[in-house]
Amino acid sequence: MAGYKETDEITGTETTGHEWDGIKELNTPLPRWWLWTFYATVVWAVGYWIAMPAWPLVSSYTKGVLGYSNRAVVAERLADARAAQSQYLERIQAASLEEINSDTDLLNFAIAGGRSAFAVNCSQCHGLGAAGGRGYANLNDDAWLWGGTLEDIAQTVRFGIRSNHEETRLGDMPGFLRDGILDRAQVADAAAYVLSLSGGAEDQAAVARGAEVFAENCTACHQEGGVGNTEVGAPNLSDEIWLYGGDKETVLTTIANGRAGVMPAWTGRLDDATIKQLAVYVHSLGGGQ
Amino acid sequence: MQHAVEADEARIAVPEGESAPTAAAGPGVERAAVEPVNKRERRGLYAKRKKIHPRRARGTFRKVKWIVMAVTLAIYYLAPWIRWDRGPNAPDQAILIDLPGRRFYFFFIEIWPQEVYYLTGLLIIAALGLFLVTSLFGRVWCGYTCPQTVWTDLFLVVERFFEGDRAARIRLDQAPWTARKLLRKTAKHAVWLVIAVLTGGAWVFYFADAPTLTADLVAFDAPLVSYVFIGLLTFTTYTLGGHAREQVCTYMCPWPRIQAAMVDANSMVVTYRDYRGEPRGHYRKGQSWEGRGDCIDCNQCVVVCPMGIDIRDGQQLECINCALCIDACNDVMTKIGRPRGLIAYDTLENVSRRAAGASARVALLRARPIIYGTIILVVGAVMLATLLTRATLDVNVLRDRNPLFVHLSDGSIRNGYTLKIINKEHDTRRFRLSVAGAAGATLDVVGVSDGGEPVLTVEPDRLASFRVYVTLPAKDLEGSSLPIDFVVEDTTSGARATYDGIFRGPER
Repeated sequence: MAGYKETDEITGTETTGHEWDGIKELNTPLPRWWLWTFYATVVWAVGYWIAMPAWPLVSSYTKGVLGYSNRAVVAERLADARAAQSQYLERIQAASLEEINSDTDLLNFAIAGGRSAFAVNCSQCHGLGAAGGRGYANLNDDAWLWGGTLEDIAQTVRFGIRSNHEETRLGDMPGFLRDGILDRAQVADAAAYVLSLSGGAEDQAAVARGAEVFAENCTACHQEGGVGNTEVGAPNLSDEIWLYGGDKETVLTTIANGRAGVMPAWTGRLDDATIKQLAVYVHSLGGGQ
Repeated sequence: MQHAVEADEARIAVPEGESAPTAAAGPGVERAAVEPVNKRERRGLYAKRKKIHPRRARGTFRKVKWIVMAVTLAIYYLAPWIRWDRGPNAPDQAILIDLPGRRFYFFFIEIWPQEVYYLTGLLIIAALGLFLVTSLFGRVWCGYTCPQTVWTDLFLVVERFFEGDRAARIRLDQAPWTARKLLRKTAKHAVWLVIAVLTGGAWVFYFADAPTLTADLVAFDAPLVSYVFIGLLTFTTYTLGGHAREQVCTYMCPWPRIQAAMVDANSMVVTYRDYRGEPRGHYRKGQSWEGRGDCIDCNQCVVVCPMGIDIRDGQQLECINCALCIDACNDVMTKIGRPRGLIAYDTLENVSRRAAGASARVALLRARPIIYGTIILVVGAVMLATLLTRATLDVNVLRDRNPLFVHLSDGSIRNGYTLKIINKEHDTRRFRLSVAGAAGATLDVVGVSDGGEPVLTVEPDRLASFRVYVTLPAKDLEGSSLPIDFVVEDTTSGARATYDGIFRGPER
C-alpha cells in the first residue's frame, strides 16, 4: 500500500485505501482554517505548560515560569480591597460614634460594613433583618433594654450581656417563685398588675394586691409604674413591646422563674472599627436614640 | 508564499501574467484570460483560497465609492474629536461611551444604563433601515458602506501603490524573491499595519476623552485595556482587510444569507442583461452586430471584481453589488461603440420585461418597502417622543421585606424603605420628600431629618439612596396595608416625581 495513492474517479479525491463491501473511504482533507487552529492550540498548550502551573507531581506540581497562582491573586485582591477600604476604616477608627453618624460618607460606609458584619456575627440570634425573636431583642424598634444611644449600643456590642467579660452588662431578674421570694398567689397578683400597666383588663382586686407586691419587690429595677431602667437592663413593662411575650402565661413564667438572656462580648473577636460600624448600623435601623 | 504562486499559476491560464493577452476581444479591447475564482462549479469547500487580484476600475461608480470611502473613514476617525459643551459636570465629547461612568453620550442625548431600550430602538431602526435599502436597491450597504468593503478598498489602494495594478501584482507574486519584491511587500504590509493600528487607535477614542487618551497613549500611560483593544482591532483590520478580504463576506458574514429574504424581483441589483449580451463572442472590427450579442467576452467585468465572480453567471451569493463591473463594462462598450449598460443596476423583473420587448417599470412602492418604512417611522417616532419627554428626575422606593413592619413602644407601626432619587441633570438638586395618602404618618430619613418634610440633596448626574422610615399610629391603619405615595419635589424648579408605595401592618 505504501507509496500507492488511489484516486476516486467521481470526486477526484484521494481514497484512504480502506474498503468495505466495495465502498471506499475518501481521504477528504480537513479545512485549512480548522487544521491551523488545531496546530495553534497545540502550540498554545505547550506554551501553557511552560508558563503556567500545569502538571501534578507526587507531592507538588509544576509551577510554571510565570509563577501564577490563583491563591496569590485572591490574596492580592483581598489586600487591594482592604487598601481601598482602609482610608474609611482609619477615619472610623479615629472618629467618635457621633462624628461617624453625622458624616454622610462615613455613615454610608459604616452602615454597609455594619450590615455585613451583622449578617455574619449577629443574625444567628437577632435575625437577618434584626427583627429578633422570642428572647432576642428586636433592634428595629424604639424599646431598648440597655439604652439606644450610639454609646449604649456600642457598649452592649463590646462587652455583651451577662457575658464572661469583666465589664459585661449585668442585671438579675430572679425567679421569684423558684427562689421562694413570693408565693403563687403573689406571683399571680404581680402578673395582673404588670399586664394592667400596658392597658390589659385585669381583676381590679388582683391588680391592687399586685401593685403592693410590685412596689416591694420589683421597683428597685423596673421603677415606679414599671417604666424600666436601662442601667440594669430592666425592660419597660408599660409599653407594647415584650421580649418574651406579653400574654398572661408568659408573664407568670417570667416572674416565677426569672430571665437571664445572654449576649456574648464581641471585643477581642471583632476589631474596634467593626464594632463601631455595628453600633452605627444598629442605631440606623430606626430605633436609635 | 510558494503555494500561493502555484495556485495563481493554476488559476491564470497565462503563466507570464496578463501583460501578453492571448487575443483581443474587440478593437482596442484586450481579452483577459481569466477564470473567475469563485465560479460555482469551481468552488470547493476544502480547496485553498485563491488570491484575487482585482484590477482598478474607472467610472461613475468607482467615483461614488471613493467619495463614500472618504466620508465614512472621515466619520470614523474624526467623530470622537467633535466637542459638545455639556456644562462643567459632564464630559465635552460629542460621542462618548463612558463605561466606567455608565453613561452614553451622543450630542444632546445622554443615556443611562437603565435606558438601554434606546439602544434597542436604534438597533431596530438600523436593521430595518438595512432591510429597506436592500429591498429597494439591493446590497448597497455591502458594496459601498460596509467597513469590510471600505477598509478592503483602502488596503487595495495601498497594495496598488506598492505593487502596481493587477498584471503587475500577478507578476510580482509569481516572481522569485528578490530584494525589490521583498521591499515592496514589506512596505505594503508596513503601511497596512499602520492603517490597522490607527483603526484600533480611533476605536478606543469612542470610550474615553480623545485628547486625554491620545496623550496617555503616547506616554504609555493609558489603561491596559486601551492597548489590548488597539491590538485586537489592529489584528482584525490587518487580517480581514489585508488577507481575508472577500472570504469575510462569503463565509463569515451572515448578511449575504439573510439578504436573499429581503431582495425580490423588483429590487435593484447589479445585473448582466443577458438578452442583450448573448450570444457572446470575440468581435472583429467591421463584423456585423447582427445575430450576436454585445458581450465581446473580454472578461473585464471579471478582472475588476473584488469578489472573484463572473456577473454574467447571474445573481450570486458572493456579489456585494459594488458595481465596479458596470464601470468596466461601460468602458468597453464605449470603446467598441455599443450602448452602455450591458451590465447595470436593474431589477430582475425589468430585465425579463426588456428581454420580452416590454418597457421597464419602476416599482418602488411595493408592500415590502412600505412595511419596512412604516415600522422605521413608528419606531423612530416612539424613540423621538420618549427622548423629548425624557424625565430628568426619577424616584424608586424599595420597601423593607425583613422586617415587614416594626411595632413601636407606643403601639404605632413603622415601615422602612430605601428611597432612590435619580438626578439626570448636570446640577446639584435639592428635593423635598413627603408622603401622601396617610394623614397621620411621620417621616424620618436616616442622617437627614428628625420628622417634618426632609430635604434631600442629590449630586449632579447621580443616583442617591436614602433610608426612610414612615411611622403610622395603629389607629390610622385600618386594614393590614395602606397605599401611600412618596412625593419628591425639586425645591427650586418644582419638578415632581411620585412613587406608589405600600405601608404594611400586621394581619388583622
